[in-house]
Amino acid sequence: MKRRSIVKYAAVAAAMSLGLTACSGGGGGSDDAKQAGTVRVTLANHVWTEGIKAAIPEFEQSSGLKVELTQLGEDQLSDQYNVKLNAGSDEIDVMMYRPLQEGKAFAKNGYLADLTSNVSSDSNWDWKDYQEGPVKATTVDGKVVGVPIITEREVLYYRKDLLQAAGLQVPKTMEELEAAAKAIKESSPDTAGFVARTGKSAAVTQFSSFLYSFGGDFTDSSGKSAVNSDAAKKAYAFYGGLIKNYGPANVSTDMSWPEAMAIFTQGKAAFYTEADSLYKNATDPAKSKVADNVGFAALPAGPAGSKPYNIPSWALGVNQNTSNQDNAWKFIQWATSKERTLAAQKAGVPGPRASVWANSEGTSTYPKDLAAAIATSAENGVGHDRPEVVTVGKAREIVGEPIVASITGADASAAADSAHEAFQKFLDGEK
Amino acid sequence: MSVMTPPRSAARPGRASGPREKFSDWANAHRKWLFAAPAMLFVGILIVFPLAWTLYLSLTDSQGSVRAATEFIGFQNYIDVLTDTERFWPAVGRTLAFTGVALAFEVVLGMGIALLLWRPFRGEKWVRVAILLPLVATPVAVGMMWRLIFDPNIGFANQLLGMVGIPAQPWLSGQDTALGTTIFMDIWQWTPMVVLILLAGLTSLSDEPDEAARVDGANAFQRFFYITLPLMMPTVIVAILLRGIDALKTFDILYATKGKGGGSFHEVETLNVYAYGLSFDYNQYGVSSAVLILFFMIIIGTMWLLTMRKKAVTK
Repeated sequence: MKRRSIVKYAAVAAAMSLGLTACSGGGGGSDDAKQAGTVRVTLANHVWTEGIKAAIPEFEQSSGLKVELTQLGEDQLSDQYNVKLNAGSDEIDVMMYRPLQEGKAFAKNGYLADLTSNVSSDSNWDWKDYQEGPVKATTVDGKVVGVPIITEREVLYYRKDLLQAAGLQVPKTMEELEAAAKAIKESSPDTAGFVARTGKSAAVTQFSSFLYSFGGDFTDSSGKSAVNSDAAKKAYAFYGGLIKNYGPANVSTDMSWPEAMAIFTQGKAAFYTEADSLYKNATDPAKSKVADNVGFAALPAGPAGSKPYNIPSWALGVNQNTSNQDNAWKFIQWATSKERTLAAQKAGVPGPRASVWANSEGTSTYPKDLAAAIATSAENGVGHDRPEVVTVGKAREIVGEPIVASITGADASAAADSAHEAFQKFLDGEK
Repeated sequence: MSVMTPPRSAARPGRASGPREKFSDWANAHRKWLFAAPAMLFVGILIVFPLAWTLYLSLTDSQGSVRAATEFIGFQNYIDVLTDTERFWPAVGRTLAFTGVALAFEVVLGMGIALLLWRPFRGEKWVRVAILLPLVATPVAVGMMWRLIFDPNIGFANQLLGMVGIPAQPWLSGQDTALGTTIFMDIWQWTPMVVLILLAGLTSLSDEPDEAARVDGANAFQRFFYITLPLMMPTVIVAILLRGIDALKTFDILYATKGKGGGSFHEVETLNVYAYGLSFDYNQYGVSSAVLILFFMIIIGTMWLLTMRKKAVTK
């Protein structure tokens, strides 16, 4: 081996190390995508996404653009955004995000492009058709940063057969709900009277409707913590008490909707409060043992009336860092058009456009009682289902503490007091 | 290797020295660096840089976005973390408890199983394959599987207990039982790895000392404790070292079974889970980095202690 070959080896080694760094660079920047007429879309696993995915060829044909789709679970999606957007990546054009969970943080960090002029540019597409609540949630500091695609309200899921057997009416008030849950649990100890999310963070959104219906909220009008108000304490005690007293035996304090839904669809609970957008899980015979016997009603009224949340759970935004924003907007415009929203709504995804609810076709595929419950909830709903802050994840853990305390039989009132203290400290820190 | 002896360029006067030859000479003179360069580059980019960056972040108040303006705050994050008795210290305790208990069971069980598998027997192959199965399963799938088995309402574990008349247990969902249940899962999954390492050690032992002891009339118990175990000590320490570091860093099964924050009471929140929550849920990169640096020091410390022990044993 003479020196020539040493040079050769060194060259190969250098090329290889360069190759390594080149590999880590990955898929190419937004300029390349723009040139190639590609739009890179990141979506969460959702019924909505399935519908869009099937229709993408249609968009590709009409627009001449090519769609590169990345689809991830909710948590993985969050992590992906955290990593990529933090690094200022321009590898994402369109992003599906949760306005109430990440919206404020993303806007604050400058991750979301300003779409204000885009949404008002096309009267056929019609931004005015969007419901007020969802629009408010995707507007930050007067700028529109996202287009809502899916809305949610909390409704009461119940078992028609169990209620009939026990001679019970569908509860209209929280008191009636408690009485009915108690009656069911007493008559058949194997069946829970009531089930709902129990995880500290996961339960916060479903607890919020109880909080509002008891007359409380997470913060007061001046933005201070209100989680130890009398109303809030009553709501904590009521929600936790329902689960503790009439919930499943050995109830876990980690349940999010998949676990709680499983208990309901396995036929092990009579009442369940959950987001309406998940109803297909209960009525689809492939997923639910009780599909034929599920009924829906608006959230029972508390002392302050029936005040479920009415929120946009998901929206589409555009990455501020991409130079491919025009193509990204074209995709959003298509994916959120009246026709596509109607198609999604018929597939079971409640839409944010007023027109799809006014259209009888829009609710034709919904169980009648569910459509009625949604209509009522949309009227008197509250526009948020969690504290409206930047670091929502941490806030949820704080205000969720008394829920878990109440479920496990600890003093809910004392837990609310300490949560109040922690939450106020948190709010002060966010300013 | 004699052909590789570098012809010193300085000692070769009168040779045409174009740029190519010059480079060639230079490359020859520095070839130990050249050959090591790719590896060094690799280590630099993938290990040194992230570590230095984490160290830097831990001294700032970085939060929200790492590209946002940050302020250098010295050791404030470390002070905050080290005085945090609500999340940090319990997480340290859980990390050490998880590792300690899991490791103890894994090594004892691993040694037992390795001794059983040591001598050839019929159907040996099948038993070995069966024992290795948990090892090849992906941790997240393992987490999901055990989560179903341990479900308090519809899980198999409680049905099994019901059959023999024992009341249902909360398992993963209990505030006091969750950590123990995850330790059990870790033992189930990782004992096979310890078995593998120890088995390799056992097969390399020579038979003579054991035979000599037999001739002298030592019983099985004595032969194990006075002959096999001392001879196996270096291997045992290697197994403890490898598995211990891995166990300290466990994340997947904890996250798959209890999610962010390690449950509603943080009942399985170890340092790794805590740091993940801090950065991915709270976006407090400064504090999270401080936790990770402290965690890194704990791991290095443990490793150092064990390596010292190994040296002492090998001597």
